[in-house]
Amino acid sequence: MEIFNNILIYFVIVPLLTLGGLAVCRNQGIKAIRTVAVIGASVLVVLAAMLVKIFLDARAGGDTSEMILRSDVLWYAPFNVHLSLGVDGVSVVMILLSAFIVFAGVFASWKMNPLPRQFFMWFFLLSTGVFGFFISIDLFTMFMFYEVALIPMYLLIGVWGSGNKNYSAMKLTLMLMGGSAFLMLGLIGIYFHSAPAGQPLTMNILEIAHNNAIPHSWQYLLFPLTFVGFGVLGAMFPFHTWSPDGHASAPTAVSMLHAGVLMKLGGYGCFRIAIYLMPFAANELAWIFLLLTGASIVYGALSACVQTDLKYINAYSSVSHCGMVLFAILMFNTTAMTGAVLQMLSHGLMTALFFALIGMIYGRTHTRDIRDMGGMMHIMPYLGVGYVIAGLASLGLPGLSGFAAEMTIFFGSFQHTDTFHRVLTIMATTSIVVTAVYILRVVAKLLFGEVQDEHHRTLTDASWEERLSTATLIVAVAAIGCFPNFFINIISSSFEPVVKALQAALPMI
Amino acid sequence: MMDYSQFLLMPQEIGLLLVFLLVFIYDTFMPERTQRHMPIFTVILFALYTIYCFCPVVSGEAFGGMFESNPATWVMKNILNVGVLLVLLQAVKWTNSDFVSVRRGEFYELILLTLFGMFLMISSRHFLLFVIGLETASLPIAALAAFEKRHYESHEAAAKYIFTAIFSSAIFLLGISFVYGMSGTLYFRDIATAVLGNHSALLIAALAFVIAGVGFKLSLVPFHLWTADVYQGAPTAVTSYLSVISKGAAAFSFLVILVQVFGSAYSQVWEWMLYALIVLTITLGNLFAMRQRNLKRFLAFSSISQAGYIMLGVIAVNVMGMSSMIYYVLVYIFSNLAAFGVIAAIERQTGRVTMDDYNGLFKTNPWLAFTMMLAMFSLGGIPPFAGFFSKFFIFVGACNQGSVAIYVLVLIALVNTIISLYYYLLVVKAMFLRQDDCVIPTIQSHWTERLGLILCVLGVIFIGLVSCIYTAINGSVDAINSMFAAIQ
Repeated sequence: MEIFNNILIYFVIVPLLTLGGLAVCRNQGIKAIRTVAVIGASVLVVLAAMLVKIFLDARAGGDTSEMILRSDVLWYAPFNVHLSLGVDGVSVVMILLSAFIVFAGVFASWKMNPLPRQFFMWFFLLSTGVFGFFISIDLFTMFMFYEVALIPMYLLIGVWGSGNKNYSAMKLTLMLMGGSAFLMLGLIGIYFHSAPAGQPLTMNILEIAHNNAIPHSWQYLLFPLTFVGFGVLGAMFPFHTWSPDGHASAPTAVSMLHAGVLMKLGGYGCFRIAIYLMPFAANELAWIFLLLTGASIVYGALSACVQTDLKYINAYSSVSHCGMVLFAILMFNTTAMTGAVLQMLSHGLMTALFFALIGMIYGRTHTRDIRDMGGMMHIMPYLGVGYVIAGLASLGLPGLSGFAAEMTIFFGSFQHTDTFHRVLTIMATTSIVVTAVYILRVVAKLLFGEVQDEHHRTLTDASWEERLSTATLIVAVAAIGCFPNFFINIISSSFEPVVKALQAALPMI
Repeated sequence: MMDYSQFLLMPQEIGLLLVFLLVFIYDTFMPERTQRHMPIFTVILFALYTIYCFCPVVSGEAFGGMFESNPATWVMKNILNVGVLLVLLQAVKWTNSDFVSVRRGEFYELILLTLFGMFLMISSRHFLLFVIGLETASLPIAALAAFEKRHYESHEAAAKYIFTAIFSSAIFLLGISFVYGMSGTLYFRDIATAVLGNHSALLIAALAFVIAGVGFKLSLVPFHLWTADVYQGAPTAVTSYLSVISKGAAAFSFLVILVQVFGSAYSQVWEWMLYALIVLTITLGNLFAMRQRNLKRFLAFSSISQAGYIMLGVIAVNVMGMSSMIYYVLVYIFSNLAAFGVIAAIERQTGRVTMDDYNGLFKTNPWLAFTMMLAMFSLGGIPPFAGFFSKFFIFVGACNQGSVAIYVLVLIALVNTIISLYYYLLVVKAMFLRQDDCVIPTIQSHWTERLGLILCVLGVIFIGLVSCIYTAINGSVDAINSMFAAIQ
């Protein structure tokens, strides 16, 4: 099979093999389970690094095709569904991000209890879905992997979560599946208008974009369906309400993976499917979604200010930051879109770091309420410093990832010369200040305040696997902050087709 | 002089009769001590027969055009065969239990006979033969429903079933008599020519009666009122037979009648009737299912709403819709039988069937819980399980019809998918998330039950991932695509 020569397919095969490996260690101890999980996650990181290398080499070698590493296997002939693989710069960095977070997530759930084997099995099923989504360029397989990534959340939160987990798990699953119901209708609509009359219908994104045959009247209908469908997962206001509850109840590694990677599926899907395939409606209707995402940014940040539960603070902060991703994508210029992808990377790593640290703190203090904690910097300096670094990245300190991303986003957004975009951008910029408020509030109270509970003085600092998990993420956050050009270099070539399509769809004046 | 070579066109029916006769002979003439091997004998015989049926048949018409054999009917019958095989396999242990074993022969004979009736329904191209098939397929089920004769509910189920079956037959026959009055013939093809361009009130009334008559069998809302009680009261083996096989056969023949006989009245008359029925069926079935605590009742309402999804393939009136519908029924057979298989295994040993009884099942019976979860995910349309593929394809098939109204219908169906996911997840929640003091103890299921469940699980996992099954169905439906030419 020619497809097995393609490195991309292994991003799906490796998690599945890991899953299979876990399935057979039924009567082995926790050590065997950890070994299998770590091997699987490490192989994914190595593969991702190789992919980046291959991609850079291809681009340096003058390969300017839109997607590289193309493979195509016919799957369902009657619907012209293919298993179609291919990546561009955006997918490459997303795959890299996912591999990193899966790796860190395995270490963050080192002491998972009960049923560690089942936990890791669901965890890797979820990863399969995530990777499959990023490597495929066929609407059907993309959607299939998208849903594969969603459903394990129900059991991961329901069985291993904490707090009001039954409610949160059900709410999250139903809201995300509700989004994907709209999405499914949107995709079916796209499929039936994917080719000019007389030509065979196709599910391949590149072919659909090339054909550009979706009538304008249908674009008005299908664009909102797909954008909202993905927007639900991207925590777009007012469809974000699953996010705080879901993240608060989920176990650490699941929060990491969900905020770090799954929410990026939303942004990626909006970019790759909604905007790329329906540029006309995207131009016409962008203002509605700009208002909604602008609201997400400000509302998420303000909500985070009044929360006292660490996970809720971080979940609302995610709403704000993910809002920024969608906001920037809707600006339709290369600079802002570059910023959006950087923000996806930055937010993915930073939130994963946050959730990992919160999980570790919660594992020791058994509370997440900042009113019950204080003075943690003296008790657990490693975790404390990690938290400060994550916080500074979140509020956009130069040298860390948040600065590079937000700077690019606002710079790109302000390139629009009309009042509407500029006013919105200015309003969105205020969120930086609000972010500083809630981050510094937590840092001050949690790390430097009075010790609230004498029992906390006896707690220990991070263990080796926790240090490894967080150090990986901290290094990555700093790397994006210090060397954004490396990533911009990878992703920059990916926006040209989309921006071109958008400009071609602008009404002639 | 009759041309006996016509019988060659019906190898599946003749094979089935042969199986029936052999089972009957075994039941009647074999000594008492060998009787308890009869279920296994039947299963093996039926398995051989099922494999034999996969040999391609000759297309053609027999008995003056009353009976038609074509690739599509071949596929439909094979799917029903596979389903029946699974049902028989899961029923082996139950038919050997104390109170049932004296009549186990009847169980198998009646199942095979009703299946014969369903084959006639699928292949008939004349209303007389169709009604014979319909009655053969309906009336014995009442006897099957009453099989647990020491249970009051079983009697109630049988009585309810037979009254509704007769009532629906009467309504159906009334519709047919109107059609006969208009056209003077009972051949599908001749009626189609006679009613071409005719949208009179009489035709509308006839169509309403026909749809209502078959609607009872399919338990479309508002003709569904018998479903929950019959499903709950009947023995689980019979319920599973009723919910998948009987429904599948009715759906297949419904499509043939609507498209072949009344195709010319599609957009004027029955598209809107069916549209309303689908919306009602999917929505009300879902809303009622949410409140059920008894799992058999729960699956009854779930199967009502699934019938609505199946009808999406009928309203599409194109090759893609029809093949998606056949595929949907196939997937539905596997998913639903997996669920019923678990319920039957647990009910046989503990007698417990409510959702609360399943609390914490995962701790004691991980494999049964896992199977049930797969079944629920598949019914809810979650990838990578087969239910996702069948739902997606049936929506694509429906949208292929092209009108915006159908897109709206698909949207309604999609929203209902989310509602249905909620209650399917309730079962998963009970098994995996909840704890209970009196959990169902670890169950030693019989190897036949386990084999049946394993086959169902394999089906649920692989029918979707392996594309050749759908492609084969699509190919055989495509062979009769001229059927849709009459649609207006």
